[in-house]
Amino acid sequence: MTKQLPRVDVVLVGFGWTGAIFAEKLTAAGLDVLALERGPWRDTPSDFATTFAQDELRYYWRHGMFQEASQDTLTFRNNSAQTALPMRRWGSFLPGNGVGGAGVHWNGQTYRFLPSDFVARSHNEERYGPLPADMTVQDYGVTYEELEPHFDYFEKICGICGQAGNVDGETIEGGNPFEGMRSDQYPNPPMRMTFSQDRFAASARALGLNPFPVPSANMSRAYVNPLGMQLAPCTYCGFCEKHGCGNYSKASPQTTIIPVLMQRPNFGLRTNSEVLSVEKTPDGKHATGVTYVDTSGEVWFQPADIVILCAYPLQNTRLLLLSEIGTPYDPRTGEGVVGKNYCYQVMSSATVFFEDEYTNGFVGAGALGMVVDDYNGDNFDHSGLGFIGGGYIACGTTNARPIESHPVPEDVPRWGSAWKRAVRENFLKTTSVGVHGSSMAHRSNHLDLDPTYKDVWGRPLLRMTYDFTLNDRRLTEHLTPVAEEIAHGMGGAHVKVNARRGSYDSEPYQTTHNTGGTIMGTDPASSVVNRYGQSWDLPNLFVTGAGLFPQNAGYNPTGTVGALAYWSVDAIINRYLPDPGPLVRP
Amino acid sequence: MAGTALAASRVLASDYGRGAGMPWSPMSGEVPYYGTGSERFFSHEERRAVAAICARLIPSDDDGPGASEADVVTFIDRQMAGFYGRAQHWYMQGPFAEGTSTQGYQSEHPPAMLYRLALAELDEHCRSQMGGPFAELTEEDQDAVLTGLDEEEIAFERVSAKTFFDLILENTVEGFFADPIYGGNRDMIGWRYVGFPGTRYDYRDFVGHNGAAIPLEPVSLQGRPGWSQP
Repeated sequence: MTKQLPRVDVVLVGFGWTGAIFAEKLTAAGLDVLALERGPWRDTPSDFATTFAQDELRYYWRHGMFQEASQDTLTFRNNSAQTALPMRRWGSFLPGNGVGGAGVHWNGQTYRFLPSDFVARSHNEERYGPLPADMTVQDYGVTYEELEPHFDYFEKICGICGQAGNVDGETIEGGNPFEGMRSDQYPNPPMRMTFSQDRFAASARALGLNPFPVPSANMSRAYVNPLGMQLAPCTYCGFCEKHGCGNYSKASPQTTIIPVLMQRPNFGLRTNSEVLSVEKTPDGKHATGVTYVDTSGEVWFQPADIVILCAYPLQNTRLLLLSEIGTPYDPRTGEGVVGKNYCYQVMSSATVFFEDEYTNGFVGAGALGMVVDDYNGDNFDHSGLGFIGGGYIACGTTNARPIESHPVPEDVPRWGSAWKRAVRENFLKTTSVGVHGSSMAHRSNHLDLDPTYKDVWGRPLLRMTYDFTLNDRRLTEHLTPVAEEIAHGMGGAHVKVNARRGSYDSEPYQTTHNTGGTIMGTDPASSVVNRYGQSWDLPNLFVTGAGLFPQNAGYNPTGTVGALAYWSVDAIINRYLPDPGPLVRP
Repeated sequence: MAGTALAASRVLASDYGRGAGMPWSPMSGEVPYYGTGSERFFSHEERRAVAAICARLIPSDDDGPGASEADVVTFIDRQMAGFYGRAQHWYMQGPFAEGTSTQGYQSEHPPAMLYRLALAELDEHCRSQMGGPFAELTEEDQDAVLTGLDEEEIAFERVSAKTFFDLILENTVEGFFADPIYGGNRDMIGWRYVGFPGTRYDYRDFVGHNGAAIPLEPVSLQGRPGWSQP
């Protein structure tokens, strides 16, 4: 028996980064907004205070702040010939849960995608000719130039610390010479670098590359953002990603937006409330609200004039499928859109082992690093290479949390005295040069509903069919040797290459950069939402997040997720509200 | 959420906002989940076998202490007695299938039961092939058995020997390096051995170390010896 609640102007499904962004802008515009979050309330003093935040076992290995796989996970297979099985515990990626979502336990590496990333198909075809038939890469439908003011604002909300390389067309020494033109500097200077970054930068420069500081959401100094929120200097504690920040030093929804929202009478938040489906009018042309269930099993209908899906990409895709909104993607025919173009990230690295010098990796921060962009996107000539896209190559010092981070050379056994000694000898003396490669869409990689496995409410789990592609393999084979070359120039005694080979393995942690499934575009036949994030099928339904990416670029997604959210909410306020209806006519 | 999936103190659905400000109160922190206190899961024989396995995975040798000094077996025992041993946060609905090498943990048994079944078969195997339970074999024989599990030369009937080996190796490393509040890494012995300063929360003075060693005594979430002395 579903109980009906009083209507609100806007209901948000999920309350992480994008939920907070939409809520702040829409309440400021005078709308009555309710956010529904399936996880609990979370905040710095109550959930990750400095007295207990630095607990590797609790937060990483026992999944203290991640989605409960027991409630809802996904099934996985490498290809359609296999039977998908549940990811019974998290491995390769770590979906967030609760207020702040994955924005609580992210690292804070906050990039802007390149201008060419937003027009990946047209740009690459113009330059290199037609793409392979099974590469389903598409343009976003929105350009870097249109997003620039929103990138700028998101960086100021977060207090991003970095060195600009291109402001108003003027190249600035020490920044990224390849970046799209910026309207302003970063709000804060870069973080301080350690020995490993100094060695990486020197080696990269000697090779003619252009190192610059990773744009960081870990504060290099005290900062007050445009909403009046105060952030404190980062203490380089080494417990950033997979953990919450006890210092108010990492930009998160909690530290940048939520306290302001909580003062507003036209904002409401309901936690421990899981949305089951988006409801529609009988003709299927409008969303009427959402149905959700609380932890007692009580089911509620929340009517709303506008519904915005702000959950994690995997969850947004599943909600559309469960709500029967949009045509599910069929990899056999290439028809349909929901679940299409699931992409990830192609990672590899080279570990540097020093003999006499100490890298002291425990002095670290989530976004502490130096990076080169010379091999990202189309910053290098791809003629004759047989692949498109690229990746950044970076030397970050994020942590030396010992359960997770104890690299040993390649000839060392997995256990026993030799392993133990190698762990001790190298624990304080290693660093890593990582390749963070883009992931181009392929017609076989997709998301749909699993035919067998159900969640705690008896609904089908999402099924992921994913493997690395020929483009991925060529990309990683081209970039990994560059990382190796930089690593060899850093003055260490030994370099170990961690190549990306074989099929995608869902077990070892790689990144929580799951993209696609609810992609944006210029045409309802090939995308789920239009350039504003508005559903092609239901004009009062919007979707946000990295699920909008038609393919994944060689950067961490959050900067672009933030910019797209501000772009989308701007369109709702200035275009949709004055004249509700489709914002793009196909 | 710490500890159990839904603590009774949590309301079923909580309403926030509407101008009420932050729902904040002092001293409301979710303090760490200390394993399961002093609860035990293993029988005496099981505990002896686990301790013996851990002692070979991370041996005590002339280079320094190992799993025995760190009391890793107590860590694993507490973990098995708690939510982790029950796989309370994992998805454990069937049907179960073996899966490919890229599909992760697919045992139908939660960790505690996997240990129980595997340890029984391990001792059975050791008794029939080598004349005694695992814990009573020579170190050389113990290493040979563990290598057999690791390299899938020894198989069990009811559970996957390889899955068990991978899990106990993972848990042993956890117990050697997790904060001492969970029962292993006793006296921060694992941290001291590798030089990890533990749960200090401010390294700003050391960012410019420029490759030099940073000699710091480790600190646990419980503090460290001598901390409370004037």
